[in-house]
Amino acid sequence: MADLVTLTIDGRTVKAAPGTLVIDAAKQNGIEIPSFCYYEGLSLQAACRMCLVEIEKAPKLMVGCTTPVAEGMVVRTDSPAVRTARKMTLEFLLTNHPLDCPVCDKGGECELQDMVFRYGAGESRFAEMKHHVDEKQWSPVVFYDGPRCILCYRCVRVCNEGMGVGALGITNRGVTAEIAPNKGDHLECDECGACIDICPVGALTSGTYRYKTRPWEMEYDATICGHCSNGCKTTLGVRNGQIIRANNRDKSGVNGEFLCIKGRYGFDFVHSEERLQSPLKRVGDKFEEISWAEALATVAGKFKAIKERGGKFGVIGSNQTTNEENFYLRKFVREGLGAPNIDHRRTGDVGALLQALGGKQGALATVGDLYLTKAALVIGSDLSQQHPLLAYQLRANKRHHNAHLYVVAPGAVREDQYAFKSVRAAAGGELAALEGLRDSLKAEADLTILFGDSLQGEAVGKLVAFADSLGIPVKYVPLVDYSNSRGAFDMGVGPAEGGLDYNGIVSATDLDAVWVVGENPLKDKALGSTGAFVVVQDLFLTETAKRADIVLPSASAYEKNGTVTSVTGEVQKLKSGAKVMGAKPDLEIIGLIGKEMGLNLGLIWKSDKVFEEIRKTVKGYDLPLPILTTGGAAQASAAEVMSSEQRAASIQSSRDTLFTSGTLGRYSKMLQSVMESPGGLYRG
Amino acid sequence: MPQFNEPSPLEVKILTKRFQLPNSASIDTYLATDGYKAFLKAREMTPEQIVEEVKVSTLRGRGGAGFPTGMKWSFVPRNSPKPKYVICNADEGEPGTCKDRLLMEFDPHQLIEGMMIAGLAVDAHKGYIYIRGEYRYLIEIMDKAIAEAYARGWLGKNIQGTGFDFDCYTHTGAGSYECGEETALLESLEGKRGVPRLKPPFPAVSGAFQSPTILNNVETYAAVPAIIRDGGAAFAALGTPKNGGTRLFCLSGHLNKPGVYELPMGFNLLRMINEVGGGVRNGKKLKAVIPGGSSCPVLRADECDIPMDYDSLAKAKSMAGSGGVIILDEDTCMVRAAMRLMKFYQHESCGWCVPCREGTTWLKKILVRFHDGRGERQDIDMIGELSKSILGRTFCPLGDAAAMPTIAFVEKFRDEFEAHLNGKCPYGQH
Repeated sequence: MADLVTLTIDGRTVKAAPGTLVIDAAKQNGIEIPSFCYYEGLSLQAACRMCLVEIEKAPKLMVGCTTPVAEGMVVRTDSPAVRTARKMTLEFLLTNHPLDCPVCDKGGECELQDMVFRYGAGESRFAEMKHHVDEKQWSPVVFYDGPRCILCYRCVRVCNEGMGVGALGITNRGVTAEIAPNKGDHLECDECGACIDICPVGALTSGTYRYKTRPWEMEYDATICGHCSNGCKTTLGVRNGQIIRANNRDKSGVNGEFLCIKGRYGFDFVHSEERLQSPLKRVGDKFEEISWAEALATVAGKFKAIKERGGKFGVIGSNQTTNEENFYLRKFVREGLGAPNIDHRRTGDVGALLQALGGKQGALATVGDLYLTKAALVIGSDLSQQHPLLAYQLRANKRHHNAHLYVVAPGAVREDQYAFKSVRAAAGGELAALEGLRDSLKAEADLTILFGDSLQGEAVGKLVAFADSLGIPVKYVPLVDYSNSRGAFDMGVGPAEGGLDYNGIVSATDLDAVWVVGENPLKDKALGSTGAFVVVQDLFLTETAKRADIVLPSASAYEKNGTVTSVTGEVQKLKSGAKVMGAKPDLEIIGLIGKEMGLNLGLIWKSDKVFEEIRKTVKGYDLPLPILTTGGAAQASAAEVMSSEQRAASIQSSRDTLFTSGTLGRYSKMLQSVMESPGGLYRG
Repeated sequence: MPQFNEPSPLEVKILTKRFQLPNSASIDTYLATDGYKAFLKAREMTPEQIVEEVKVSTLRGRGGAGFPTGMKWSFVPRNSPKPKYVICNADEGEPGTCKDRLLMEFDPHQLIEGMMIAGLAVDAHKGYIYIRGEYRYLIEIMDKAIAEAYARGWLGKNIQGTGFDFDCYTHTGAGSYECGEETALLESLEGKRGVPRLKPPFPAVSGAFQSPTILNNVETYAAVPAIIRDGGAAFAALGTPKNGGTRLFCLSGHLNKPGVYELPMGFNLLRMINEVGGGVRNGKKLKAVIPGGSSCPVLRADECDIPMDYDSLAKAKSMAGSGGVIILDEDTCMVRAAMRLMKFYQHESCGWCVPCREGTTWLKKILVRFHDGRGERQDIDMIGELSKSILGRTFCPLGDAAAMPTIAFVEKFRDEFEAHLNGKCPYGQH
């Protein structure tokens, strides 16, 4: 590390690394230099002039956000000249600002309000007409109110640099300049809402949140997004049990401030009018609402009878329920029912990788590693569509560290735009294509490989052998689809020896009972066992639920506690925020069925207790509690949790895009409302 | 098509020496009058010698900032692996300035030759002439001259067998004053929105297409052939120390003989008005002069006995700017002048940074109100104060260009502002 530079800020002698900007050097020492346009991680603008500081020997005030520290530099951030300049900048900013704070969404959490409160003048001398333009709607998600805009260009930059989309630009000039979509009057983008989130004022507002509440009327619950496998922390703004918005402004979690459309807006399925709020019982062709007591008694009675007469059960767990729920379900089925037929839908071959690694530790990459790896290789995945956080991390890594990205995909993907090398290979041809990259890869300092479902079984073994032959440190991310796909695998939700797997359970004709917990296997096929007693736990009356004899309304990820494991094996805690009357968490439902049956599993159905059991008994899950309980992410270590026979189930990703989320996505009005063609670039 | 004004006997015609010749823009005329000889001479020199000659000439940028040209050229890194570019700023937009158009209209090859010599000096093989959109007819003239030069082997590969390659292109601006700022010009040239870039890096290191670039005004390049041909010392000797050569002064306003005159640097302003420009129109008295284009602080009549060079005008707290000398007679309403200029700057502010975008708008609104007879006493101080809040705090010099003249108007003609407070213009102009 180069020698530190010594400088003086507000009379204090401080040290900073060469190249550090004055604004950052001040921040590192607890001195705030206010700014609007400066934003960590994005390109420099020097446009808002809020960060002007006095630097000795400079002929005029200098911009703190673009001036690097220098040896012996003397900086004053609170001199009369600086205070006057700030006051004037704010007075200028307010001249054409509508000052409609009482009705503005941003009121109470507005950076302009905060700055004026702290640095501004008490009154304005501006007595002229304000410049006005009408508000515009650019998409179902994004609204733009030009007069409130202070033109800090954060939105333009986060879209272009952070998301790699570049949907926003600037139109007109001078006082009439405004932010505008590059497509004219509408957005064609990821609809991620990062532009809205990063807006310091109320210029950009969201279609889901605008004019619904004041920020101080909500309670905030930090939990994990319930859609894809990336494990983004999302902070729910909840009022009276209803989720009003989601964001991650505090930059906590593995994702920092990043969220995609699903994380930011896709929570609305929770309060869909189609949510099931009462257990249902089939009566002929119809369902009748029944009480929980009756429903549980019916299910327990049937299960008990079938168990006692030695009947056959088929049980399907979920990619979206918690580790505790899947663990408890597995325990219930294996130990309580003594049944071998249990599985979940596999979307990526985690098992083959764990087997190929043979217990080697430190070989699974975290989300954080993707920002620091010197090189990354993406095989068979449209990462920006299916794994937006992972793609975001790689983009940031390229932008900040010039990381080399290699892409092997069957079609065009967004990553091509900044890839060091990009090759096309159809499914099955990936390993052959890798040979062409061997020399380049060998020259890298280290490598992280992300692979999709097109590599399975033996092919994964060959991939690991290829990587081993490069002679550089390699880490892996086996890509899977949903919020707890990885957890369902790790909890061993797979068939016992000789048991039926997922497809086997669906197509078998001789099952006496089929129990589906949070999955939709009958989406496009009929259940083979036409005579089976079918119990379905779900949020909605899905195709599978429609086949049920008893439907039990379950709680979504946003309504319960527990842990989930992300695609990178990072375990994080859910925190219940929303409330939906009538629904119960799956763990409680399973526990109550067991209780009704008189089973004693030696474990009560409280998520904390179950997690304690997981830590003791599941390989790789002996995780540090302090990290998890304080909202952190702890990576489960690589351990083989299923035998190869158990793993033999068919594996297929459902190829969700940014605008689909399996069955769940159908119930999100926001996801349904966006116009973009899902996954326009690549369909594997 | 604009006509060139009658020359004055006091002129020293170096850059404008071909203006009166028939077909002065044609390559035949140019070649018959020393044309492209300087390039051939420069081809025999080393790049260091060319830069040195320009340094000796004390040529300073004629666009407005007056930066020493030779020094600017010396900043271009010699060993950069990237291509280098020679770019001509022909976005002549400063109100009161109308000289570059004549240099392109009457002697386009002189500009091309100057750019070629610059190419030799910094090892660049591509030149772009960025011409403001309003100068449509000049684009045609320049394109024709460039085509002639290619046809006659003065542009393109292996020029005249010298082994030097140089290509030259015109590029059209879209009418934004801001694009005369060098980095905004580069953005526009690259097809982007015309807003200034963060400096450093300076264009000499990373300019057009992220490559080393020299960027000069039309008149600056046009002076280079004469400097190489006759020597830097001869050029320097025409002007005052550190302010070498001649420059094209654009005399406009209340004069009997407005026009563009090539005069030695340091020529006295009063003589310029009275002897070159024929004196103030209609026998009126002189009230004030804006000496170097609209962004230069106004000089009162009693401050006008001054040599017109960079250093003397800087000492008088104004600027030599782009050579646009605007003469204001005793009947001129200075409130109206200040308002008119602020309307221009407000209209041309690109909007990138807050003080310029909001400050010029606020000032314009106050000045319009003041001008319309709805001014209040506290407005006068506020005009000055707001201008000072723009000055030195903006991203690019446009904010300063708006603030500096406004501060001068209020400070030097405060009585006229006060005279407007009763709702009437004392000059009956509005």
